Amino acid sequence: MLTITNLHAKVENKQILRGINLQVNAGEVHAIMGPNGSGKSTLAGVLAGRKTFDVTQGEVLFEGKNLLELSPEARAGEGVFLAFQYPVEIPGVTNNYFLRAAVNAKRKYLGQPELDAAAFLRLVKEKMKVLHMPEDLLKRSVNEGFSGGEKKRNEIFQMAILDPKLCVLDETDSGLDIDALKAVAEGVNLLRTKDRGVLVITHYQRLLEHIIPDVVHVLYKGRIVMSGPKELALDLETHGYDPIKMGFTESAAV
Amino acid sequence: MKSMYTTAAPDLKANTAKWFDLLDRQSGDFASLRKQARSRFRELELPTARTEDWRFTNLASLQKESFSLAEKDAVQAEQLPPLAAPEAFRLTFVNGWFAPGLSRLGALPTGVALGSLAHHSADALSTHLNRIADAQEHAFTALNTSLLADGAYLIVDANKVLEAPLEILFVTKPGAKKPVTSPRLLIVLGANAQATVVERYLSLGAADESYFTNAVTEIALAESALLDHVKLQQESPSAYHIANTQIALAAKTHFTTNYIGFGGGLVRNEVRLRFDGQHAHAVVNGLYAGRGTQHLDNHTVIDHAQPNCQSHQVYKGILDDQAHGVYNGKIFVRQDAQKTDAKQTNKVLLLSDQATINTKPQLEIFADDVKCTHGATVGQLDDAQMYYLQTRGIPKDEAERILTYAFANDLVLRIKLQAIRDQMESCLMR
Repeated sequence: MLTITNLHAKVENKQILRGINLQVNAGEVHAIMGPNGSGKSTLAGVLAGRKTFDVTQGEVLFEGKNLLELSPEARAGEGVFLAFQYPVEIPGVTNNYFLRAAVNAKRKYLGQPELDAAAFLRLVKEKMKVLHMPEDLLKRSVNEGFSGGEKKRNEIFQMAILDPKLCVLDETDSGLDIDALKAVAEGVNLLRTKDRGVLVITHYQRLLEHIIPDVVHVLYKGRIVMSGPKELALDLETHGYDPIKMGFTESAAV
Repeated sequence: MKSMYTTAAPDLKANTAKWFDLLDRQSGDFASLRKQARSRFRELELPTARTEDWRFTNLASLQKESFSLAEKDAVQAEQLPPLAAPEAFRLTFVNGWFAPGLSRLGALPTGVALGSLAHHSADALSTHLNRIADAQEHAFTALNTSLLADGAYLIVDANKVLEAPLEILFVTKPGAKKPVTSPRLLIVLGANAQATVVERYLSLGAADESYFTNAVTEIALAESALLDHVKLQQESPSAYHIANTQIALAAKTHFTTNYIGFGGGLVRNEVRLRFDGQHAHAVVNGLYAGRGTQHLDNHTVIDHAQPNCQSHQVYKGILDDQAHGVYNGKIFVRQDAQKTDAKQTNKVLLLSDQATINTKPQLEIFADDVKCTHGATVGQLDDAQMYYLQTRGIPKDEAERILTYAFANDLVLRIKLQAIRDQMESCLMR
């Protein structure tokens, strides 16, 4: 589904990604862990099409298409969804209006007819029920005045509505208390299907207690330096990132 | 000597003599008002680039146009927008003249009078007409009165309420003759009276047909009266729209005006409000949007002449292409006007690098126990919000429209009439 080859990217002229290789297949959940500054959020931004991130080398194929050539909206149309680390507040735009615009934009991209108001409402109500979203959500402005937990849940809710093929979760656990974390994880688990790929980007292992990954990768200084089964996350929890930092430094020095 | 060999450039002021003669042959009403106004108009200078209040609005192009006095014309009912509300009264004026066939009068409650100025001679009219707007100081107001022949009025007696909104359409069908019209509106509410008025300017011509609307609105509220006033300015992009709305508020009145102006090539929209009694409350809002080379100037003067009054202003502008916006907000707080609460906010969204705004708050405060605030912000669309919408699949141009709408919609939502709100929302989302 997603094939990243030798990906290099700069942010404000600083080299952040230095040759990432990653393959995510449909039905798999991959976790990307790493210390601060290792390039996790840059990778998420590059996949979603953030224009301040400058890809200098490498390739990203999504279902055979060159993702890097597409605008952010076209990537969404193709089925890539990024759950933001810091969801953006948009005062004056209701969730109802926003979601309907997003759903219909994607349908238009795929050559499908627009959903009318009634069909849209049915879809939204169904997903709201499944994810236990508050009743007044649709009338409220996008993320305005939401708590950290509400914002993250709203990201997962949008993901459920837009039904992407690839979900990229950028530090979705940051700033959440344990109840909010569980609610978010439950939402993601509901979206785990054999057709969907999930990339969970996180600093801490605790989210991975609730969203069990198939593969764990460790990102350090812009490269994946280690990959392994889910137990790798537990090792990192016990020993921290220091052994990796040291190992990386030593091997680099050799 | 040289001037003997060159044709004199067309000049607005020189042209007016012809308009005055022509008008007098068509209408004998308001003869003494016109006469006074004309003599004052001849004395007054039209604003120039050196006139402080007009520093950012250059009238050279207006002065050079060869306008002619508007002629009576007919339009079809289907060309007019739907009523502001199913029960609304409507007065329609075409090229300045009352069009009864396009109006909706119906049975009025007792104590309410409305209609065409040309067909009315009530005492209340002469008591108020030309008493609120200042034709002594303002050349364009003097010009409007110099050409006064028709217009709209609403008079609500003390303790009466006009439940249905009154909508006044000033429609121009310009043609090739570059007509000048002088719309006039007088609203007088007695003590405890209430009304809702929508004042609307429209063009039914080609976008490149030039014309000049020189409008004056006078509003007087007696003690504890309540008026909800909406002005919609949807002139053509080749129109000149110069308007002076003057308001006199007695004690304990509640006055609201919401201006929405998406039209006009060169627009100068003035709101001049004076508190003549204590404990009065005024809300003065404006939303303007321009593209192309539109020049949109909003000028407000709030005169706190009495203590214990509140004035709250919010103006928002959306400027694209080479559009130019001006906001000048004056607030006077006189020496006796203690406990004044005056707020003024001006926000501008620039959608292009070539769009410009001149914004100038001007507070002159002579009382010491007052609360006066003002703030101005100028910004572009937020990159983070744009990116967020795009990652949800929303194309860039639609994301821009959504965010522009989000910037402005609080002012649209303040309009209480659903039909008007819907029409303005669809204008904004275009």
